[in-house]
Amino acid sequence: MKAFTYERPATVQDAAKLAAERPNAKFIAGGTNLLDLMKLQIETPATLIDVNRLPLDKVEATQEGGLRIGALVRNSDLAADPRVRKDYAVLAKALLAGASGQLRNKATTAGNLLQRTRCYYFYDTAMPCNKREPGSGCSAIGGFNRIMAVLGTSDACIATNPSDMNVAMRALDATVETVDPAGQARRIPIADFHRLPGDTPQIETDLRKGEIITAVTLPKPVAGQHIYRKVRDRASYAFATVSVAAVIAGAEGGKPTTARLAFGGLAHKPWRVAEAEEALMRTGSADAAADAVLKGARGYGANDFKIPLTRRTLRAVMAQAIRA
Amino acid sequence: MEMNQPIGRTPLDDRPDGLVGKPLDRVEGPLKVTGHAPYAYETKALKNPAYGYIVPATVAAGTIQAIDAEAARRAPGTILVLTHENVPEQGEKKEQVWPQLQGKEIKFYGQPVAFVVAETFEQARAAAMLVKVRYDAAKPKALLKDNMAVAYEPKPVNSPPDSKLGDFDAAFSAAPVKLDVEYTTPPQIHAQMEPHATIASWEGDGVVLHTSNQMPNRGQKALGSVLKLAPEKVRIVSPYIGGGFGSKLQVQPEATLAILASKVIRRPVKVAMTRQQEFHVATHRTDTIQRIRLGADKDGKLSAIGHESWSDTAEGDGFFETSANVTRSLYAAQNRVTRHRLVNLNMPIASSMRAPGEAVGQLAFECAMDELAEHLKIDPIELRVRNEPTEDPEKKVPFSTRQLVPCMREGARLFGWDKRQAAGSRREGNWLVGMGMSAAARLNPLMPSSAKVRLGPDGVLVVRMAMTDPGTGTYTILTQIAGEMLGLPPNRVRVEMGDTDFPFAAGSGGSFGAGSAGSALYVACDNLRQALLKAGDLNPEGATFRDGAVTSGNRTESLTDLAKNGLEASGEIKPGEMKEKFSQYSYGAHFAEIGVDADTGEIRLRRMLGVFTGGRILNAKTARSQAIGGMTFGIGAALMEDAVVDSRYSFFVNHDMAEYHVPVHADVPVIEAVFLPELDDKANPLKSKGLGELGICGAGAALANAIYNATGIRIREYPMTLDKVLKGFEDQEGQAQRRT
Repeated sequence: MKAFTYERPATVQDAAKLAAERPNAKFIAGGTNLLDLMKLQIETPATLIDVNRLPLDKVEATQEGGLRIGALVRNSDLAADPRVRKDYAVLAKALLAGASGQLRNKATTAGNLLQRTRCYYFYDTAMPCNKREPGSGCSAIGGFNRIMAVLGTSDACIATNPSDMNVAMRALDATVETVDPAGQARRIPIADFHRLPGDTPQIETDLRKGEIITAVTLPKPVAGQHIYRKVRDRASYAFATVSVAAVIAGAEGGKPTTARLAFGGLAHKPWRVAEAEEALMRTGSADAAADAVLKGARGYGANDFKIPLTRRTLRAVMAQAIRA
Repeated sequence: MEMNQPIGRTPLDDRPDGLVGKPLDRVEGPLKVTGHAPYAYETKALKNPAYGYIVPATVAAGTIQAIDAEAARRAPGTILVLTHENVPEQGEKKEQVWPQLQGKEIKFYGQPVAFVVAETFEQARAAAMLVKVRYDAAKPKALLKDNMAVAYEPKPVNSPPDSKLGDFDAAFSAAPVKLDVEYTTPPQIHAQMEPHATIASWEGDGVVLHTSNQMPNRGQKALGSVLKLAPEKVRIVSPYIGGGFGSKLQVQPEATLAILASKVIRRPVKVAMTRQQEFHVATHRTDTIQRIRLGADKDGKLSAIGHESWSDTAEGDGFFETSANVTRSLYAAQNRVTRHRLVNLNMPIASSMRAPGEAVGQLAFECAMDELAEHLKIDPIELRVRNEPTEDPEKKVPFSTRQLVPCMREGARLFGWDKRQAAGSRREGNWLVGMGMSAAARLNPLMPSSAKVRLGPDGVLVVRMAMTDPGTGTYTILTQIAGEMLGLPPNRVRVEMGDTDFPFAAGSGGSFGAGSAGSALYVACDNLRQALLKAGDLNPEGATFRDGAVTSGNRTESLTDLAKNGLEASGEIKPGEMKEKFSQYSYGAHFAEIGVDADTGEIRLRRMLGVFTGGRILNAKTARSQAIGGMTFGIGAALMEDAVVDSRYSFFVNHDMAEYHVPVHADVPVIEAVFLPELDDKANPLKSKGLGELGICGAGAALANAIYNATGIRIREYPMTLDKVLKGFEDQEGQAQRRT
């Protein structure tokens, strides 16, 4: 681990300012991802800004009838919150499908949003990786890519976003709230928060220098079956090969009246396609929805199976929605 | 004692209610769970250590062009950077212990190219990252399947690589029913909890290592060769080991590097491998390609058995996976051939991992038997019963004991095997459900060992031997053996182990630890009994030891009185004629019930049972732990463990525990192990047999066969992951569509 300076600012504003002033500064909250990356020198911040004591750890009702989740709310606490369990069950389920109890006790909402990819080659500093070292090349293309993306990829990067929480947040149309070093607040729809790799896979989010996440807000609850289906290689403690966060209502009538579908394990960001949801509501056919989701999908060899798996998982989710 | 004849009646037979066999809790358990059992990296025995960090090669073949270590040398806290340019002179490689930092040639990815020593661990790691190595990289030989043309017959290890009986080719081609299949198993990682760790220091002209090593006496000899020292100048101390599974049978590079660095800086050096380094710097289990040919008649009686296995290891190494060895003994057939071939690749060094040979050999062979049973519409147990040999089919000697059939029968009864349905016919909700079984067999060796016991005036019996406990329960079973032999409660026995200053012992490996060390201790205790009887002038005839006293005739004397000034005895065990006159294996049968998700192909174990025989069970609790631990390895082998090679770089891509999956609790639901009563008087004086590896043998095959029974899909490439199942689903759906 490279030596670094440790700071613990007293206010959100100070934290943002420090992050803007110091070169190569990083916020640290739970540290469940960042510390691992620092040990391997994949992340080498010169300054660590500890935000753990900032007052951002509440889950509150909003005036609009939604929820405002503080950036520092731990994954365990969020998953256990009665309002989340009752009204946003897909989020609670997604959170509990991720990591382990110990990790969820530390990991925070904002940190989870910023979780970095698990691409094997990203994790090995001896290997070329455009995300870690822009311009060095992508080892996953032409290498072992079982866990890589099949949608929204580029020649520069085929990594996925590994988070479960993000997939549910995407299905729920969450909004990321931030404050910048000048004190200016900003609301970023989750759809725009994560980026596709394009030519700049090292830039993963829409966040600007010094900008700090203060909360994630959820709009009014969406009624329906809240389903999180995570397909993985072992029963627990594994990243998704494919996951589906769904809110489906009225499926028993053949054609759902509500259909929200977001996908994990497929792309550099949680994947959601409006046409797929429309197709599901229009036809009641999971295959029609899958066609829309998988438009433009391409496999890279070892991850080819994700394409049929996505279709099959969506069928299973639809069947579950009908049964329930 | 040399094991030249059956042991006859022993004191352990006299006390069915004795200590041996009881499910005694681990005697060192409280120390471990309260943090009072210092592992190698934590020991305070050597003062003021410096910290080492290994710099592994990041290419798999080629030469070092230049090493720029200036920045590392100038980094805060750096004491030393060792490279091939300044490493102290070393001797010869012995077994799989290689001299370190020798020259510029790179044989495999992860080969240590530098060793950085600093005042703290963080400083050493940060400095290590500053070492810049420039390579002339060559294209590596990466994959076994691409290099089969250069496979060769390896040098024998314990047994010849090939065997032949009768005329296999003629019998196979004449057989009414033939099976000819290829199975593959991937490279696997030991994934023991405690990484390889050593603290080394020079004392005079010798060196002392506190390390994590399963076989200290073997390590002593190998290091003696590498360091050009007499073995007795190397002292290895390894009292607590956080799992080894074979990866600690030999001294790994971290220990050698710590010794070399300590020699230069004249200060203790300590080092642990990182989890990532465990994959390349330490040894692993090789991948295998196995071809199995079975010729049978319509009733399933085998006339021809062929088992060929290819494996690989690093350039310059000779280790091969003896996958087909167990096939030489398991089933009857007049015509047989087994063959092992080896390929040297630019891959890290392959070596023993839990049940080397049997574990992966039975993954393949026991599936082939299932295929044959399915083809012939014979129950898999019945097929095995029909091919049960009356003597060892190749060695042509009797079995010391063999209860494979009772294990299968009892397992079938307990598991509800009669409820098994035709392949692909049982569905519960979205789950396709199936059952599978497999036989298990593991060689039972006895290795030379010795022990010293001393009964002190305080009434405590101290046992000393250079034996180890890698989490298996050795401390506990030795306590039980000594306690029962002398009639002392466990709290009056203290076992001291893991130090080459103690009497020579076999160490822990190859399922021989408990039997070998336990037998040496048995002999030592027997000798102490004689000494005590003599000291009290007691008639040995009918003498009994219990409750801290010995009774002979109408006299009872307390042991403390008899050993007023302390009494000592030694014991030794050696394998003898019994090894040749009898075929010695432990046996078992595995049963697994699997669910396969009909949509996603996810495979989940629902329940598992193993029924085993291993001679006398020394501790019911630690024996069960060994068995279910081995079975859990089998779950991993069947469903997930896979160190994937990227052929461009010849390295294991998924070299951490996030992406190299081993079973977690949720993958291991109901799992049970049952032992049938058995005593093997040919095996050793304890009448016990090895259990450390039996549990893994065949375990994964039971799961694989259950996947077939659940889905009708036969996967021959381990591990059996959901993408392979999906491919089977698509094939089945394609066929169904073509039919309609």
